[in-house]
Amino acid sequence: MTGKSMLDKIWESHVVVPETQQNPAILYIDLHLIHEVTTPQAFSLLREKGIPVRRPDLTLATLDHSIPTRPELVARGYEGMAPAAGKQVRQMVENCEEFGIPLRGPGNADQGIVHVIGPELGASQPGKTIVCGDSHTATHGALGALAFGIGTTEVGHVLATQCLLQRKPRSMGITIDGPLSAGVTAKDVVLFIISKIGVSGGTGHVIEYRGSTITGLSMDERMTICNMSIEAGARAGMDAPDQVTFDYLKGRPMAPAGADWDKAVEQWKALSSDPDARFDREVLIDAAEIPPMITFGTNPGAGIGIRREIPEPVGAASRKALEYMGLKPGRPLYGQPVDIVFIGSCTNSRLGDLQAAAEIMKGRKVKSGVRMLVVPGSNKIKLAAEELGLDRVFTDAGAEWHEAGCSMCLGMNGDIAAPGQYVVSTSNRNFEGRQGPGARTLLASPVTAAASAIAGAVADPRSFLIDGGA
Amino acid sequence: MEALKQIVSHTAVLPQADIDTDQIIPARYLTTTSREGISEGLFHDWRFSSDGKENPDFVLNQPEYRDARVLVAGDNFGCGSSREHAPWALKDFGIDAVISTRFADIFRSNALKNGLLPIVVDKQAHDWLLDHPGARVRVDVELATLSVDDGPSLHFEVEPFAQYCLVHGTDQLGFLMGKEEQIAAFEKARK
Repeated sequence: MTGKSMLDKIWESHVVVPETQQNPAILYIDLHLIHEVTTPQAFSLLREKGIPVRRPDLTLATLDHSIPTRPELVARGYEGMAPAAGKQVRQMVENCEEFGIPLRGPGNADQGIVHVIGPELGASQPGKTIVCGDSHTATHGALGALAFGIGTTEVGHVLATQCLLQRKPRSMGITIDGPLSAGVTAKDVVLFIISKIGVSGGTGHVIEYRGSTITGLSMDERMTICNMSIEAGARAGMDAPDQVTFDYLKGRPMAPAGADWDKAVEQWKALSSDPDARFDREVLIDAAEIPPMITFGTNPGAGIGIRREIPEPVGAASRKALEYMGLKPGRPLYGQPVDIVFIGSCTNSRLGDLQAAAEIMKGRKVKSGVRMLVVPGSNKIKLAAEELGLDRVFTDAGAEWHEAGCSMCLGMNGDIAAPGQYVVSTSNRNFEGRQGPGARTLLASPVTAAASAIAGAVADPRSFLIDGGA
Repeated sequence: MEALKQIVSHTAVLPQADIDTDQIIPARYLTTTSREGISEGLFHDWRFSSDGKENPDFVLNQPEYRDARVLVAGDNFGCGSSREHAPWALKDFGIDAVISTRFADIFRSNALKNGLLPIVVDKQAHDWLLDHPGARVRVDVELATLSVDDGPSLHFEVEPFAQYCLVHGTDQLGFLMGKEEQIAAFEKARK
């Protein structure tokens, strides 16, 4: 008999009714994260049928997607929101009140992007099943959880029964070994992976990230990688919990404490895949091969090393993508003038991301004519960054320092780029129109974004490192 | 959910690969709190030019394809976001099935819960369908077969439970709520 993977272990301990040929398994959910965009229709259904929320205590609610983040708009409350967004936010407030769910809304110290606050509060823990009506839920897998995105109908299922009907996904092991080169970050690792396996390379699978590169990363960095698992089509991404995970969680408000803590750590240690566990698919990556990455196309798989030339398009879709992007093959993106730089989103808005970007920005200026937005992922991160003086580093450089939220990751809260503008963005999707109709997104790491803001063009972060880089 | 047993329609073809959920419905249409009129946002930035006029080149704006109930799309349809607004918008527009070589997991799951059938075909069948826009197809959901005109039918895979729910119009929430006893026992055992 072969050993069990972490996926096997977490899955098996949450099966309420086992899977059969005819029926999917009924899987118990330990933590349900909810936000204003993908829940209103689910609450309406519950209301219509007179069904209560089964476990408000296992439901964590916040506002992030459709709220403004520009401080002057945030200060105006509902008046600062577009009418439809304001209506949606009001609806969320009402739904949470009616169904007895505490809401971490604006003004609440815990408010922030749903995938930032779950770990920050210590609610996301190893061994848990975690779902949210949001595809970037895999972020929480970095703590050793099985975390995946669901649709609104399934949000309703979890609200009503704390369970989901699920077939067990296949497993994929991605092993990355070796140290990362100077100027190469977790974002570059995941963009490199997606460029190798493609945007549907992980479809039907849960990815477990393994190897010395992964174990050498901080929690913030691990979350960046797991976050973008969906961009490779994967159902989820996860890392084995280790001392880095335990140190991160200890003392957080919703983490176990006292004797419960010791007991929990013992259980968490047993979650790692057994040495003889088998994966349905395995991918090996040498960390030394990974350069600072940037995308040139209209899906996250279209990534290249920052000094590499844009490849010749293959097929109609990639020709259309280059046309949309206004880019030509045979030249690098390096040096391409940019209009906006966005540092934020559930991928790269944590304190570690802001610190890395600030390191480069310190004492430098955003190039004239370039707009730079820095949007912390949560109120707590905003405060922590301000305590370190990072806000001043950014504002002194000429960047905008915003309130917490999803902001320019997706064009639905007022933070958008104009048609044709180039945005170096630390977010997760470069789809057509993602940051506003006609906007052109270049996905990159926080350090590449910061370097590009200073240069006013796509820049190599290695040129800005104190030691000159590799 | 209304039962979906059979679809007989001509096809509309959208050959682009990796059509993502932001193309199916852009994020700015997600501030809605209902499902009313959701198809307004369907393929919005492809269907309409920036001045709000219909783009005559877009397939679903062409009179012969506007009322197609079956959409043939390029490889890997529905990647990206978990927004159920994507299948809602397709269904609201009148699409009952999408044919591709691969679907993103969350899109597929969402579609099946809304009477929208994702049909995976092999490359050969896909190439033929891409090359024959407007082909008349017949889909039998119960038998999981797809046939063109009176030609031979090919079998496609559909998850058996989702198929049962589609054919019978079964509400999955009702099914789950029927398992209350097991759920309560599971919670008790874990305490």
